[in-house]
Amino acid sequence: MYISHSSLSLLPSAPAIQIRFILIQNRAGKTRLAKWYMQFDDDEKQKLIEEVHAVVTVRDAKHTNFVEVRQKDLLDAMSFRNFKIIYRRYAGLYFCICVDVTDNNLAYLEGIHNFVEVLNEYFHNVCELDLVFNFYKVYTVVDEMFLAGEIRETSQTKVLKQLLMLQSLE
Amino acid sequence: MSDVVEKTLSALPSLLSLDSQAGAGKLSPSSKLGNLIKGITELTSKHEEETLIKKELESIKEQVASPNTTMRQMKEIMVRAIYCEMLGYQASFSYIHAIKLAQQGSVLEKRVGYLAVSLFLNETDEFLLLLVNTVLKDLQSTNLIEVCMALTVVSQMFPKDMIPAILPVVEEKLTHPKEIIRRKAVLALYKFYLIAPNQVQHIHSKFRKALCDKDPGVMTASLHIYLQLIKENPESYKDLTGSMVTILRQVVGGKLPLDFNYHSVPAPWLQIQLLRILAYLGKEDQGTSEMMYDVLEESLRRAEMNHNITYAILFECVKTIYTVHPKSQLLEKAAECIGNFVLSPKINLKYLGLKALTYVVQQDANLALPHQMTIIECLDHSDVIIKRETLELLFRITNAQNVTVIVEKMLEFLRLTCDDYSTIDLVGKVAELAEKYSPDNVWFIQTMNSVFSLGGDVMQPDIPNNFLRLLAEGVDNVEDRQLRLFAVDSYVSLLQGETAKLPQRFLQVISWVLGEYSYLREEESDPGSVMRLLARLLDQRHTSTETRSWVLGAMTKLCSSPVSVALARDVCERYSGSLNTVLRQKAQELMILSQDTKLRARVLPAEGRLESPEVDSSLSFLDGYVSDALAAGAAPYKSPHQRQEDLVQEKALSLEPYGLSLPVSLSSCSITDRRSPTLLSMSSGLSGNSTELSHQEGSTTLKLEGVKRVWGKDGYLAQQQSAGETPTPLVELPSPLLSPQSPPSQKPSSGLEPDQEKRQLASSLFVGLGSHNSVCLMGRAETAPRHFRRKPRGESSSGASEGSSDSSHSSRSAAVDNLLHSNLLDSTTVASEGGAATTTTPQQTSQRTLDHTTSNGNPHVEGTEQRVEAGGPLSLIRGNGMVAVVPPTHTQTDPQTQQDLHPAPALERPRDLPLTSHLPAELSGLARSEFTPLCSDQDSSLALSACRVYKEDALVLLVFISNNNDSALHQMVLQLTCKELEISCISGSPLKEVKGHSVSVCLHTVVMKRASVQVELAGLLSYQRPLGQPQAAQFSLSLSLKHFLRPLTVSTGDYGKMWLSFSHDLKQNLRLVTTEHQEPLTATLDALKGKLHLHVVDIIGSEGIVACRLLQGPGQGQPCLLHCRVHADSLAVWLRSPVPELPDSLLYHCQKALTET
Repeated sequence: MYISHSSLSLLPSAPAIQIRFILIQNRAGKTRLAKWYMQFDDDEKQKLIEEVHAVVTVRDAKHTNFVEVRQKDLLDAMSFRNFKIIYRRYAGLYFCICVDVTDNNLAYLEGIHNFVEVLNEYFHNVCELDLVFNFYKVYTVVDEMFLAGEIRETSQTKVLKQLLMLQSLE
Repeated sequence: MSDVVEKTLSALPSLLSLDSQAGAGKLSPSSKLGNLIKGITELTSKHEEETLIKKELESIKEQVASPNTTMRQMKEIMVRAIYCEMLGYQASFSYIHAIKLAQQGSVLEKRVGYLAVSLFLNETDEFLLLLVNTVLKDLQSTNLIEVCMALTVVSQMFPKDMIPAILPVVEEKLTHPKEIIRRKAVLALYKFYLIAPNQVQHIHSKFRKALCDKDPGVMTASLHIYLQLIKENPESYKDLTGSMVTILRQVVGGKLPLDFNYHSVPAPWLQIQLLRILAYLGKEDQGTSEMMYDVLEESLRRAEMNHNITYAILFECVKTIYTVHPKSQLLEKAAECIGNFVLSPKINLKYLGLKALTYVVQQDANLALPHQMTIIECLDHSDVIIKRETLELLFRITNAQNVTVIVEKMLEFLRLTCDDYSTIDLVGKVAELAEKYSPDNVWFIQTMNSVFSLGGDVMQPDIPNNFLRLLAEGVDNVEDRQLRLFAVDSYVSLLQGETAKLPQRFLQVISWVLGEYSYLREEESDPGSVMRLLARLLDQRHTSTETRSWVLGAMTKLCSSPVSVALARDVCERYSGSLNTVLRQKAQELMILSQDTKLRARVLPAEGRLESPEVDSSLSFLDGYVSDALAAGAAPYKSPHQRQEDLVQEKALSLEPYGLSLPVSLSSCSITDRRSPTLLSMSSGLSGNSTELSHQEGSTTLKLEGVKRVWGKDGYLAQQQSAGETPTPLVELPSPLLSPQSPPSQKPSSGLEPDQEKRQLASSLFVGLGSHNSVCLMGRAETAPRHFRRKPRGESSSGASEGSSDSSHSSRSAAVDNLLHSNLLDSTTVASEGGAATTTTPQQTSQRTLDHTTSNGNPHVEGTEQRVEAGGPLSLIRGNGMVAVVPPTHTQTDPQTQQDLHPAPALERPRDLPLTSHLPAELSGLARSEFTPLCSDQDSSLALSACRVYKEDALVLLVFISNNNDSALHQMVLQLTCKELEISCISGSPLKEVKGHSVSVCLHTVVMKRASVQVELAGLLSYQRPLGQPQAAQFSLSLSLKHFLRPLTVSTGDYGKMWLSFSHDLKQNLRLVTTEHQEPLTATLDALKGKLHLHVVDIIGSEGIVACRLLQGPGQGQPCLLHCRVHADSLAVWLRSPVPELPDSLLYHCQKALTET
């Protein structure tokens, strides 16, 4: 599986990492949070952000919360990189998690919800503006709940305890 | 759905003025960040935003560079820089300051520094090296928060090469009293494992400790590592099954603290993780699977609450149940559970239900039956992802009866989609289904027309290739004629219409088919009509140059009637001046061939069109040119095949995980098939294509050997079918017995009244499922005789109903088998003919041939030269091979061994001679080498010698142990070791002792595992004298490649076929041997034959073809072919073999052999 790391570590090839990125966007496509667990270069990131916005915003309530995104492989026109985006809309914000196509859709869908519930608790009835002005705190929440491309902590009480401890430093 | 974010941007001004966000949200809008964000939100255009941020970045740049900026200010600046980066603007000047902040700031500032670093930098960024010391310091800090931060950043990104620097500290944290530190340390190690698995190899025992940690959180974290480890190597972790089952049982049983509950479901993510691990552990392992049946059932039972998260667990559980060794009861329950998904009004669940069905119908197509109506509804769903999944499902349940409806649905989708991936994927699937299950010719041609029009120029090139081959390969019976005629007719009518919209690839297919088969319709229409259509196509602006050259090629085949000739002349005049050289050449060809009827009849015979023309496929006429070029320093040619292979090797890693299609079993074949290296250039448009194709196909199939092919072009392959035949518990499922024609008896519980139309659709889609014998679970294996494709392909080549790729492969492998076994046949010929064998190659040099011809079973060996002369050419193994080691002059025989007359006494050591009498009878007739002394002890009381006997299928190595002392040798053990060789002892029982003054022999068969020029064999003989200490004698023996070579008897035709299928080649010029009474070529080849056991297949003029094989165990062997051509004063040798090392090593020996001569 991991044969030659040295030469190819640049390519997003390691299939092991489950979450490739977490993205929060508003309806206009403005990024509210972008956390990358896999290597992408800046252009790729920008392209992905735009692509996610394009595919996610056109979907309505009748649609599933899952989209499969395929990028043409730069090296080979005939092969594609397969991603799966699991998203959930809360008011004007889209919370998107990009995972491997083989991952469990619902588990991540609920992972998003768990995350939003923590935010709601932390910001006392969260709204988009909380996330906008405190975006760096949102990153902290993300780091507490997701790490190394995996769901790290799912217990809301524990996350909040840790967050409040950090908060108390300020 | 809890819409927790109610407030939107419209509320912005009031919120800002209020500035009374409770809890965490404390932000003054007057702060710089507040101003920036506010400023950006108020802007309306992208352009304005750009200007503003540029300005902001300028000011940030100024501030960070100023020496007066405090860390506190720096923190604030950094947050602004992060914001700009997040919006997609580069602030690369701030990266170094982010690192500085992480290094020097207080805890709070450090946090922002680390955050900025983790957002700005990549794993490979060199800046990260500056962070290593900081991380190390923080890891050792007494402040828990600092340790946490360091561990977080380490799990996020860390330079791979620096892992050893911090690894001990991170390991230490595994025993930290605080649970959160232990958890983060485990995750950091997980990350290390992902990026550099070797580095954490030694701490696997600590992983186990983490798995047993008293805190469930740490245990959960360690499961990430175990999931990876088990996925890669399930065998080594089977012992964990019990623990995993226990953990899952405790979790399911609610034994974890309430903290872990999510919406009152106990630790759902942990359950899912465990289920995935169990799936890997139980896959194809009945024993392990049995351990988990109970807990799987419990999971299914407990997850009954109607919430997304329980469905997530159920989905994983169903997947696991269908992955592990099947148990009928469980499968039944899982199938029921899938039903709940499919019938759910929630679209997400419906989608996952379809996905699960797609997964399980591979095992039992009937499982789709109860859900027909849902599936049909999903076909028309507005969500593309649902449609795609439905088509995928339908694709898997296609059989000969429902193929037309399913293909129609797929084409419908294709017409609407504009996504390249879907097009490529679906077009391939349609083509596959059409070839496999087509009910009749008309449908097939029409479907392929749609495939070509829709697939256009993005589809896999194999599709048109396969299609053309299918047309070309059939025998010339009525049915094939009909098929071709249909094709021709349909293309003529297409060309009569508007051609502007047809993709170029399709036009190329059309021109080829018209060129080949227009003659079939000629009786009924005027001869020039097709020609005129082609000419019209040629002149259209949208026709590409490549297509034009195909059209010209087709015209060349068609210009037989006077009308056509006139038309052709017209065309030639226009195109012989073309700027494009290919077109010009084609136009010239057309011009000449249309005028010279005789030449045309020879080049393009009307009758012989169906037989493949003889082609000098080795392109030997170019060899002179090639060797000249090589001599002039040109790089050796690499075939596209090879180049592609190289390329694939280079990027092997990047390709693997991103297959073309999602289902694993499918992608494995569709990728290999569609992306096979047979992307032959279609522009070599003459009818020779088909032969080339099948040869290339042969090489593809060769490469596929050993790869598990579950699904082939002709449907489920044998193994799959046999899997279906084995009585799996699936059979016991109560399959809903719907007669294929009747509408479904169950109504979907969704409450929708299915209208008549849908019912009809259902019955046509699901026909062929369910009502069939339950043994054949696939529901399609039985349709084999109706396979449209097989008829023309199979019968034409082998008469057996095999796909063409298979048949070409089998004929190839048959050829190889033949090659490998023909020697055996030969040997019987020799035996029966005995001495009556006649010399077939009189020019053979008698001086060098010292052959050991034998009548089978008779140990008597003739040693005279005349005798050898006569038997040489037919003898099984050329005794000439021995000449390399036997002095050519001697014909001396030893009186002592009269009855065992051997011509190989290397007389330097007279003591060796009696050894011949110890040769086992069954070997004594065979060619052998002289005896090589291996070693002896000081007083010569023990001597070891070796001898090689060249058997047909192996090299037999004899080790003679001569005991020249009075006392016997005891407890003897002889060990031979060499990693390049496969050595097996064939002496009946391992000898234990050798009496005084006697000789014992140990026999070993030796074959080479991998071709190499020369290998060193190490030997160790341990023994004991009575009253003595155990002693050991060491020796070594070198064996060269030539000892393992055997002639490969093939016909010239077979040689040609093999030549094309071998991928590794090598060219070199060698010295020619000159003798007085022989042609240099013959002399050289004879020399090679003599020294290296090669088989000279044929000598034609100045070229000779030679074949040999390298022993690789009984019945196996790796062939190597040599093509030699006299060029000036040297011999241009071109070697080809399926194994990369063989040509290289063989060439070395050829060179050596010729230099020695």
